[in-house]
Amino acid sequence: MTEPSASSVAAPRAGGRGWFSGIVQVLPVVLGYLPVGFAFGVLAQKAGIAVANTVLLSVLVYAGSAQLIAVGLIAAGVPPLSIVATTFIVNLRHLLMSAALTPFLRRWRKSELAAFAFELTDETFAVHSTRFVAAEAGVEPPHSESFAINLTAQASWVFATLMGVIAGQLVTDVEPWALDYALPAMFIGLLVLQLRTWIHALIALVTGLLAIGLLQAGLQQWHVIVATLIGATAGVGVEQWISRRSR
Amino acid sequence: MDQQTIALTIVGMAAVTYLPRLLPMLLLTSRSLPPLVIAWLRYIPVAVLAALLLPTLVVRDGVIDLSLRNLYLWAAVPAVLVALKTRSFFATVVTGMAIVALARYVFGL
Repeated sequence: MTEPSASSVAAPRAGGRGWFSGIVQVLPVVLGYLPVGFAFGVLAQKAGIAVANTVLLSVLVYAGSAQLIAVGLIAAGVPPLSIVATTFIVNLRHLLMSAALTPFLRRWRKSELAAFAFELTDETFAVHSTRFVAAEAGVEPPHSESFAINLTAQASWVFATLMGVIAGQLVTDVEPWALDYALPAMFIGLLVLQLRTWIHALIALVTGLLAIGLLQAGLQQWHVIVATLIGATAGVGVEQWISRRSR
Repeated sequence: MDQQTIALTIVGMAAVTYLPRLLPMLLLTSRSLPPLVIAWLRYIPVAVLAALLLPTLVVRDGVIDLSLRNLYLWAAVPAVLVALKTRSFFATVVTGMAIVALARYVFGL
């Protein structure tokens, strides 16, 4: 059987194959989400948040670090408006991720973008940016594949949350299981996959050190977004400088 | 905080999380961006992931900790090596978690 190549260039292929390959591509993220979502469920249960509200956080907010921060703030009795404001700042980085994907989403309908954006996380962003860049020269990945990645990831996150809530009554401490290291380990994998050239490695190092410096300078919550803006600008600067020198 | 207030807080959190995810896609996809902006956006993934990760590894309880007791930092070394060698996300996560669990068990860190 041969692919109808003309039609696959004009319109993304739909159907079962896209869904299947999407699920395969997102499996590593699922493996990271299970322990982290589980840990979130345990902590939310311990903080006295009702099951319905814990699941609601994973369904409606669906942002790991913001959810974990919110659990701490709710437990500490911080006023709701402060919690919402903190969430906004912590999640503002998605603005940059959303913008970074736009060059690849030109042919998408508004309704598709609305559904796609809802499930944009650090991890799904890393998966999408890698596959969109890889496919840039060739065929656009099918939309069904993109949605399969997002839906599978969030389904695993919600499922793990629920398991964590249920286990919350039994588990006293999540540390011995190293569940708390699932998220950092996941980011290590995501970051290394992004290191395509030495400029990328340099920018990763500079941005990371800058984020540490800003955090130490007292820029809590803002350090990620400020360091990212400066780091990406430095990346373009180095790129331009090199291309000008080689001319 | 009662559960109804928590539910309302969650709705507020959902709104302020969704808008930054949605607005750039809705507003920017219909126009063509200058090459310099596209070049800049290409560095966003590596920059944002590094900005999220490195403070997590180095800053523990609010202070920079480069000592041998900082398990988060030293477990990252084999995890990075496995990531570079295998390019496998799964192997990286498993390596990192296994080393942290093992070190806690053996050294009681």
